[in-house]
Amino acid sequence: MSLKKVHDEQPKEFKFSSENLKKAEEILKKYPEKNKKSAVMPFLYLAQRQNNNWIPLAAMKYIANFLSMPYISVYEVATFYSMYNLAPVGKHFIQVCTTTPCLIRGADKIVKLCKEKISPKENELSKAGNCSWMEVECLGACVSAPMIQINDDYYEDLDEKSAKDILDSLIKDKPLKPGSYRGRANTSPEKKQTINGENHA
Amino acid sequence: MLKKEDKIFKNLYNEFGWEIENSIKRDDWKDTKNIISKGRDWIISEIKLSELRGRGGAGFSTGLKWSFAPKEVGSRPHYLVINADESEPGTCKDRDILRFEPQKLIEGCLIAGFSVNAHVCYIYIRGEYFNEGKRLQVAIDQAYEKGFLGKNACGSGWDFDIHIHYGAGAYICGEETALLESIEGNKGQPRLKPPFPALVGLYGCPTIVNNVETIAVVPTILRRGGKWFASIGKPKNTGTKIFCISGNVNSPCNVEEEMGIPLKELIEKHAGGVIGGWDNLQAVIPGGSSMPLLSKKICDTITMDFDTLIENKSGLGTAGVVVINKDQDIISCMARIARFYKHESCGQCTPCREGAGWMWRILDRVEKRKATFSDIELLSDVTKQIEGHTICAFGEGSAWPVQGLLRHFRKEIESRCREEPLIKKKTNNPYLVDQHLLENKNA
Repeated sequence: MSLKKVHDEQPKEFKFSSENLKKAEEILKKYPEKNKKSAVMPFLYLAQRQNNNWIPLAAMKYIANFLSMPYISVYEVATFYSMYNLAPVGKHFIQVCTTTPCLIRGADKIVKLCKEKISPKENELSKAGNCSWMEVECLGACVSAPMIQINDDYYEDLDEKSAKDILDSLIKDKPLKPGSYRGRANTSPEKKQTINGENHA
Repeated sequence: MLKKEDKIFKNLYNEFGWEIENSIKRDDWKDTKNIISKGRDWIISEIKLSELRGRGGAGFSTGLKWSFAPKEVGSRPHYLVINADESEPGTCKDRDILRFEPQKLIEGCLIAGFSVNAHVCYIYIRGEYFNEGKRLQVAIDQAYEKGFLGKNACGSGWDFDIHIHYGAGAYICGEETALLESIEGNKGQPRLKPPFPALVGLYGCPTIVNNVETIAVVPTILRRGGKWFASIGKPKNTGTKIFCISGNVNSPCNVEEEMGIPLKELIEKHAGGVIGGWDNLQAVIPGGSSMPLLSKKICDTITMDFDTLIENKSGLGTAGVVVINKDQDIISCMARIARFYKHESCGQCTPCREGAGWMWRILDRVEKRKATFSDIELLSDVTKQIEGHTICAFGEGSAWPVQGLLRHFRKEIESRCREEPLIKKKTNNPYLVDQHLLENKNA
């Protein structure tokens, strides 16, 4: 279970925008009518996207009412799953995978870069206020290690230099493109062999 | 080595395009109506004949699992659930199927859904795979447009709908009952089995849960025949498998190969060899982080299939091969895996919730050379107390890698342990569990 902290300053009210209300209706159609509680996870995502990538308590209450389920059940779900942010994160939210397959390809160097460039501590906004970072567990792109996720996108096959470029581009608010940074096609074997791990981060 | 024409996932690297038109050129959706018209019993017996074993980790016979679903639909509808919550460290095969071979999965869903009497299928994708989920949704929409899904899907007379449900970053939701809890809108905490999901699953209804890769190979098996699939690989360990080779290799990649390929051949032929040469190999985790590691001596000769790996006290799991060479500190690699399990334990059963933390803290002390000799016994004891004492297999998954480390690298651990218990040294170690005793003079 992840360690989570609910943000101190909470907005008083939350409502789905009219666009999200439509999406919510669509989501409800996926599940049997008597099991509309199933929609709690997609609804929390909607709320998170509407509210600058974090979920205020008011949104949980709103969703609880919407799905006629107890507030505590929504709170339980929101705190259990690690992808629901309960406190503000940067506009560019950087998640660095540091589990073993990434670690042995040099993920610790990317963590160090994040500490230098973004903020010394995880989950803290950068000086300019537009970035934040955290260490996460395996993101499921192990053959493209080391890799980071920025908002929805995967940046793969990194090394120290490319990670630095990406972080710099985020600080300047002009993010580079996602994908492989060793120029290979998806997860295919590379023809050019790296010798003694020169291409490592 | 697998022949080119026997490859099932021809577009694993997206060389030929993932859109439905391109997939149809690769024979997806060919004869689907015909296959379905042969009936449930034929499909299930053909899958049994192919000896297909689940690709999600446990390696359970797929045909057998399908036959557990009630033959007649009673008052409760049946469901098919696809487990695309791929979170096992070292594994990234399902991601490529979702991105580049979505039609294989969708077609498999229809056939599997028909075989187990399900009209509705939920695909549970991990939340981080947001773009992959979007891609899959486009692929599903394309299939609807062609009439392959929906009412009278593919002209088979069977109504079939597929919905995507996103997870939100919980590893435990890859466990089938936790996954069902998660779809129902609860915390992902596993249920006690029995009853098995095949009888009481999603919303209390009969539910078959299968891995992405398992379902995606089904249409090809039925088109080419169970005998063809069974002729690849070894007896009881048949067919092809996507291996994910990561870690200290020159060219990490996903590759489809036949079951029972020698590990050395897999690494040298496809992944460009171990960095620093084969002699620089320290250990290999053969099947995702839950499986005990193998020492180099075993790696020299072992073949990659379910039964051989079990004989060697490991397992094929998800076939996520993590190669660790001698430049790495094996203890810190395994301590990181222990930290992963500490982070991901759902907290339901005490042995796992507390034990995972114990294992991590002890390994962390070993890594920092602050452990005592008695810690080794303690560590071994903790793993034994977790294993078999939890509701789901997460307990084993967290204990086995540590047991593997103890089995193969005991000398390495011993060399880092100090004789005197730390408590007598009065050093300030924030990871020591009984730190509070230091403050108590009577301790």
